[in-house]
Amino acid sequence: MNYFMFMRTHLALIIISVLLGALCSFAQSPPTQNGPGLPVRIHGFLLGNYAVRTSDEHPASGEGGRFLWADERLRLELSGDTAKGNLSFLFKGDLFHDAVANKMDGIVREGYLDYSRPRFDLRLGRQIVTWGVGDLLFINDVFPKDWSAFFSGRPLEYLKVGSDAAKLHVATSALNAELVVIPFFEPDNLPAAERFFFFDPLAGVRNRSLREPATTIGNTELALRLYRRVAETDVSLYAYRGYWRQPSFRPDQFPLPTQLQGSYPRLAVYGVSAQRNVGAALLSLEAGYYDSQDDRRGADPVIPNSQFRFLAGYQRQLTTDFTLGAQYYAEIMKDYASHKATLPLGFPVQERARHLFTVRLTQLFKYQTWKLSLFSFYSPSDQDALLIPEIWHALTDRLSFTVGANIFAGRQSTTFLGQFDRNDNLYLAIRFDF
Amino acid sequence: MRRFLILIFVLLTVAVLLSPASASAQERPSAEAVVAAAYRVSHYSGNDMRARVLMRLISKGGGERIREMIMLRLDREDGGEQKYFLYFLQPGDVRDMTFMVWKHPQRDDERWLFIPAIKLVRRIAANDKRSSFVGSDFSYEDVSGREVEEDDHTFVREETRNGRPVFVIRSVPKDDKSSDFSYRLAWIDKENSVLWQEEYYDKRSQLYRVFTADEVKQVEGQWTAVKRTMKNVQNGHRTEVTFVEMDYNVGLDDSLFSERYLQNPPARWIR
Repeated sequence: MNYFMFMRTHLALIIISVLLGALCSFAQSPPTQNGPGLPVRIHGFLLGNYAVRTSDEHPASGEGGRFLWADERLRLELSGDTAKGNLSFLFKGDLFHDAVANKMDGIVREGYLDYSRPRFDLRLGRQIVTWGVGDLLFINDVFPKDWSAFFSGRPLEYLKVGSDAAKLHVATSALNAELVVIPFFEPDNLPAAERFFFFDPLAGVRNRSLREPATTIGNTELALRLYRRVAETDVSLYAYRGYWRQPSFRPDQFPLPTQLQGSYPRLAVYGVSAQRNVGAALLSLEAGYYDSQDDRRGADPVIPNSQFRFLAGYQRQLTTDFTLGAQYYAEIMKDYASHKATLPLGFPVQERARHLFTVRLTQLFKYQTWKLSLFSFYSPSDQDALLIPEIWHALTDRLSFTVGANIFAGRQSTTFLGQFDRNDNLYLAIRFDF
Repeated sequence: MRRFLILIFVLLTVAVLLSPASASAQERPSAEAVVAAAYRVSHYSGNDMRARVLMRLISKGGGERIREMIMLRLDREDGGEQKYFLYFLQPGDVRDMTFMVWKHPQRDDERWLFIPAIKLVRRIAANDKRSSFVGSDFSYEDVSGREVEEDDHTFVREETRNGRPVFVIRSVPKDDKSSDFSYRLAWIDKENSVLWQEEYYDKRSQLYRVFTADEVKQVEGQWTAVKRTMKNVQNGHRTEVTFVEMDYNVGLDDSLFSERYLQNPPARWIR
């Protein structure tokens, strides 16, 4: 697309957005208004979000050219509850202009009804669920994620994707239980070939189909979390029955496939987490067993092997408004011998264990109107890394901007982070709240 | 001889008990007791509390930011364990966030934060109580109270402040590293133990922060500073706090201070 045209479209949208925002801010009630107002509360934000590649190259078939992400969006949040307060609703929807794909569209991020009683809460509808104690590392959080959003510098909230589900929370004095029932399968959103360079051993095979699990009672996903406090420690147990959220592609023939049939293999996860203060620091532990139910012996090269996952996290405030977080994470294949034995020619051999370290440094300045942060992933086994430096600044209570970068590095182009090496990008987000 | 000694001992005892010095000591409690009483009035009034708090963060140039929240507090024992629950009403980027603190005397508190945009409950390391509370001039320690035993307190003088008789007390940290101040002066009401003013002096003994109680009234029989200001006199930034709504003994239940309600705060308390 012509750069000039591109910027002009953006400018028009930005101007419209600012006007709309100003209108909303005038319409908003004063901060300390008392008494009952409208039964429905209306809030939201305007967001301009752009990610630009640091190099000139971009996927040949790609959209957007140098832009990995460019969009303007209007978020509307409506919420309300009954007089007694035990029935409430929340709706969060985005209207957006995706300037890379050049389309206007809308999406319901969340939309649910809550019913609360003293002993339980029931939530019905599209909802985001987040479990586990990892920082950007997920073991028992088996819910859908948008890695494409994460790698293209979108605000963190877009990493999580809502599930159309029912969640029941039962509270007793001894134990809390959360049961999530998901009848409608939602996959992870992975970086797509139109915008990202990544490793695909069968990239040449264009004839692909992808089938999601049908919506039946038997296919309904179930996720259970039990938690309580034990000796000043927050302890959770988890169980999940459902699917891998990343597809497996089965070629019609080897060695020269003409067609790939994609599907989401069955998965069960059993896990535990614990978190507590230890001296001046906060310590987190989480573990899980991924039972790859469609390939329990690990003999099918297409389906992921069963694995153990483990993480340990440490967080501490080093000085005032300066925090360090560090994590170690490991993924260990259960049937490594069969993985090696059955791997087709031309596919990269993985290590039995994948080790990963993360460090997060956060410093706040000037009455917390500036935030400098650095998040880094480094894997000594894959020899790859991702660095995310970021500056956030609140100009006013309503207007803030974020500038950051995703910097990938890797010795090989087949490893988890290394495959994204050519997607380094700088991102910018401007947000206006109302 | 023995009788004589006993007589002298009894007379001396009586003399000591009746002496004017001892009488004035009885009138004026120890500096530590004055600070302890003010600590309880400031942070432990009632068995529980619900307040709607409006904070105005004002820069030297007059730029203003707002923090508005519902604050719930439950005391397990006077001067001891406490639980806090905060629900943010504004600004927009923190709206609907909830924050919970279990305050433990003599050791680090436990803190949890709920980020509604991703439905994430996070525990936060809480060893540094000097960090700014929500970007204001108040630190976490100012909000939940600095424990009396952490400082040595000495009596400075008596005077009148805001038309009230006050004790002026000087407090020096026992552990120099436990605080940003080298000492502080507190003006504490002789009768109702209200903290009217506090001055914090930095490590170079320069005044840097001044707390003032701007409006004090009785709320359900408890003396309460419903308007208060913390001003940084070195950079001109100040934070004005108004307790827009304030109630004691509202009947908070311990179960409220839990992950369940952090994720799903009950409408009854946050409206």
